Parts: sequence; C-alpha cells; structure tokens
Amino acid sequence: MSIQPLVQLENIVKNFGPNEVLKGVDLEVNSGEVVCILGPSGSGKSTLLRCINFIEQPTSGLVFVGDEVIGHRRTQDPEVLQQVHENAIARQRSEIGMVFQRFNLFPHMTVLENITHAPRLVRGHSAAVANEAAMALLQKVGLADRATAYPRQLSGGQQQRVAIARALAMEPRLMLFDEPTSALDPELVGEVLKVMQELAAGGLTMIVVTHEIGFAREVADRVVFMDGGVIVEQGSPAEVIDNPQNPRTRAFLSRVLK
Amino acid sequence: MTPTQVTARVTYRIVPVKHWARWIAAIATAAVLAWIVASFAGAQIDWPTVGEYFTFPAIVSGMGITVVLTAVSMLIGIALGVLVAVMRLSSNPVVSGIAWIYVWFFRGTPVYLQLLLWFNIALVFPVVGIPGLIEGRTVDIVSPFVAAILGLGLNQGAYTSEVVRAGILSVDEGQGEAAKALGLPGTDIMRTVVLPQAMRVILPPIGNETIGMLKTTSLASAIGASEVLNEAQHVYLVNNMIMELLIASGIWYLLAVSVLSVIQYYVERRFAKGSSSKALPLTPWQKVVWFFTSRRSVA
Repeated sequence: MSIQPLVQLENIVKNFGPNEVLKGVDLEVNSGEVVCILGPSGSGKSTLLRCINFIEQPTSGLVFVGDEVIGHRRTQDPEVLQQVHENAIARQRSEIGMVFQRFNLFPHMTVLENITHAPRLVRGHSAAVANEAAMALLQKVGLADRATAYPRQLSGGQQQRVAIARALAMEPRLMLFDEPTSALDPELVGEVLKVMQELAAGGLTMIVVTHEIGFAREVADRVVFMDGGVIVEQGSPAEVIDNPQNPRTRAFLSRVLK
Repeated sequence: MTPTQVTARVTYRIVPVKHWARWIAAIATAAVLAWIVASFAGAQIDWPTVGEYFTFPAIVSGMGITVVLTAVSMLIGIALGVLVAVMRLSSNPVVSGIAWIYVWFFRGTPVYLQLLLWFNIALVFPVVGIPGLIEGRTVDIVSPFVAAILGLGLNQGAYTSEVVRAGILSVDEGQGEAAKALGLPGTDIMRTVVLPQAMRVILPPIGNETIGMLKTTSLASAIGASEVLNEAQHVYLVNNMIMELLIASGIWYLLAVSVLSVIQYYVERRFAKGSSSKALPLTPWQKVVWFFTSRRSVA
C-alpha cells in the first residue's frame, strides 16, 4: 500500500524573463519527512522553495500539498483545474509555514504581536487564545522572556527563532526554511539549528534550503542536490553527502567541506 | 633613579579661533533688520489697530474657516492619496490606469484653475444627485466653501498619492513576502504590515503639505470662500487699513503653522516606534522636566 506524499512537485519550471531558473523539477516529500536541499548559489533551490507556497508563481508545473493544488481549485471535471485569486492562494499559504534568510519580522510589532498577528487576522483567534499559544511557542524556542521586545532589540539568532515561532503559530502542516542561518553570525547558528532539530524530532514535515552540511547530515531524512535548475542527485545523507555519485555533487561538496 | 633635571612644564595659553565671518554676518543682519523695522515703524501702520483686528470677529471666524478648510481638505487628500497610491500599485491595469490619469490631471493643472473649475461646475453639470432619489441644482449645492474643499482636497490627493506610493515602495519587500507566507490577504498586508512601516517615510512630507495647505486655502478667497484672507480683504476694501489687516492675518497664519509644527513633531515621534534600536530622544518638554528634576535630586 503506497502512502500519498504530503508534497508533490510536478515538472516545475520558472523563468525570470529569458532566464530559466528551474528547468522542470519533480520532487515528493512524505509527511513527517525532513528534506534538505543543497546546491551552489544560483542553482534554483530558493526559487523552488518559493514556488511551493506561490510566493513565486511557477511558469508551469503543479504543486500539490495534501489535497490542495496550490494556486488552483479542483473542478467537477477531474481533468480541469481552475486558477484562483490571490485571496484563495492566501488561504492555502496559511497552511504552509515559511522562514526566511533575513527573518522578515515586522519591525513595528513586538515579538508577541509578530506571532499573534496572523492567527488573529487569518484564523480569527481571540487575543487571549492567540497570546497563550504564542507564549507556549516562545517557551519552545527559548524566548519567553522577550515577548514584549521589538525585533531590533534582539540578536539575529533570537529574531530567527521568533520567526520560526511566528510560522508555527499558524499550525502549518509543512514548514519551508530558506537558508535560515545564512544571515547569522557564526556563533548564533547553533541556537537556530537546535530549534529546527527539535521540530524535526517532533515529526514536522520540513523542506530546508541550507548550506549547513552538518545539519543536513544529522537531521535530514533525505538530501536533494540541485544544480543548474534541476535536481542532480538525491538520497539519504549517507548516500549524497558521504558517497556522492554525480561529479557536480562531488565538486560542490569538496568545495564546502573543506 | 631620579632625574637630575625636570623640564618645567609650559603652561600654554589657548587662543580660541576668531569667527570673523560670524561677526560680519551678524552685523549685516542686524543692520538689515533695523532698516526693515524702521520702515514698518515709519510707515502709516496703526499698530493698535493691528491688535484690534487680530481679535476682530470676522477675522477670527475667517481663521476658523481656514482651519476647517485645511483639516477637511487634508483629510480628503490623505484618504484619496492612500487609495490612489494603492490603486497605482495594483496589478489590475484598469485600476492603475485610472489612478495614473487622476494624478496626471490634478497634478498637471494649477490648483487655482481647479478651484475656479469646481466653483463653475454648474456650467457642466447643472443638476447633481441620484436621478429620482435626491437631486439638486448644482449652484445651490456647490457653495464657495464646498468648491474650495473639492478643489483643494482633490488636488492634495494627487500629491499625497505620490508621497504614499514612495512610502510603500520604501518598505522592504521581505515584509510583504513574510505576510503573504503567513496567509494574510492582500488588504490586511497593506493595512497592517506595509502602510504602518511606510508611515515613517510618508509623515514628514504630509506634515509639510499640511502646513502648505493652511496657506494654500488663501487661494479660495478668489472664489469667495470666507476664509481669513478673504475676510481681511473685505474689511480693508472698506476702510483701507490694508497693512494692518494683512499683518493681523499673517500673525494668525504664523500661529497656526507653529501649532501644526508641534503636532507634526509628536506624530512623527509616535510612528518611529520599533524603527531604531536606540531609545527615542527626549522631547523638548521632557528635556525641560529632566533639567529641573535632575537638579533637584542633586541638591
């Protein structure tokens, strides 16, 4: 009996003008799986991640997450998909969490307001319910004492942990991480990776674009290596990182594993 | 080891830099000021009359109209400005096209012409309202006051929309993306994430334009709106106290602008929240309080 994967990308193509960034990517991610996407800069890995929640609309190809076809609605005719408006896509996005390289916390809101904003506006939660859930999440990322601080008053590592809590507050079935530690000072990387590792251990489905080979080796169930807008190689960390078959993977890893 | 000879330390006398240019500038300025004051003093200006007219009922009520005109026109201007700026940035080509044409027309013609246009709008639309429901003759509805509000407000909207658009574009793209990724609908993203951050860029020019509007309302005297300058003209055309009335009105304008400047300062401060890791600087009033309380605690 085969299990339906939670995420299914079908032949994703993305062009920016004449520049073809993604050249037909297929990827399946099962529920509870942690997939790390590695690859040199410009390989299209961040663009692929952004296509999953339609922050970037693919030029062609389909994104299935659970029963939903992102950006589309199923019709009576099983062979016809109706494209939907931005507000309907927003509803689909609310089920998918995303963490950005540069945190993107809302600077005019406190930590607590950052986390409760979407649950209150999108889910219609009351302030009391949202605050309680937010405090529990802050506890989880180790920042319960900073609830009333503004983002500018936090270190990069703290900001990124708040950003993770903010995404988790929507209770997503899938979390996307776009190079979550690339903008951090080296000594702050560990605290963010630790939180992510705990989430992975808790069974959250995660797709992580990263340069942290150590994290990928330790936490990922599967490693995907991208180059030139295609998936070059994928498999367990032991296969891809420690025993790469493709020469491009080997070249990349020999450069980053120095 | 003791030094056999200690060189005596020279006690220098420090000679401060001489600011010759400052002295020259100050003397020249004082001379010009003295000449201007002497001219006004020597002119046929009856100063007690200036004081009298400052509180003259027609002038005070005219100032009231000026303030109301400014407030209502700015409110219309800001509301329209935000709406048009958002329309301008819309992906819908019809919506952004309408916004573009609006800005093109109302920024492209003098506000004086627009005031005259609204005042004479009855020539184009003799009747306004919803046919069968509410209807009225345009000449009855578009009074000088209403024409002034329409002219000033719509003109302001065109300018404000450009200010708001610049503010929206100044907000980091990552903010919109983060809000999108959380599943917020577009209107909520604009209202709760982008615009509050754009405010920091939008407010200083809006404050500037409010102060500008206070003075631009004087153009409404051309269509007979009873604002302060119009009232002053009515009086001096009868009694010929031209300078006295202009000075009295001028003092009113300066007073109102001073009040607006203080309001502007505090509003901008309020929206600086979270934008800097540093604490906000003390307000002038807080500085005064701090000056006295800190002295007392030392004593």
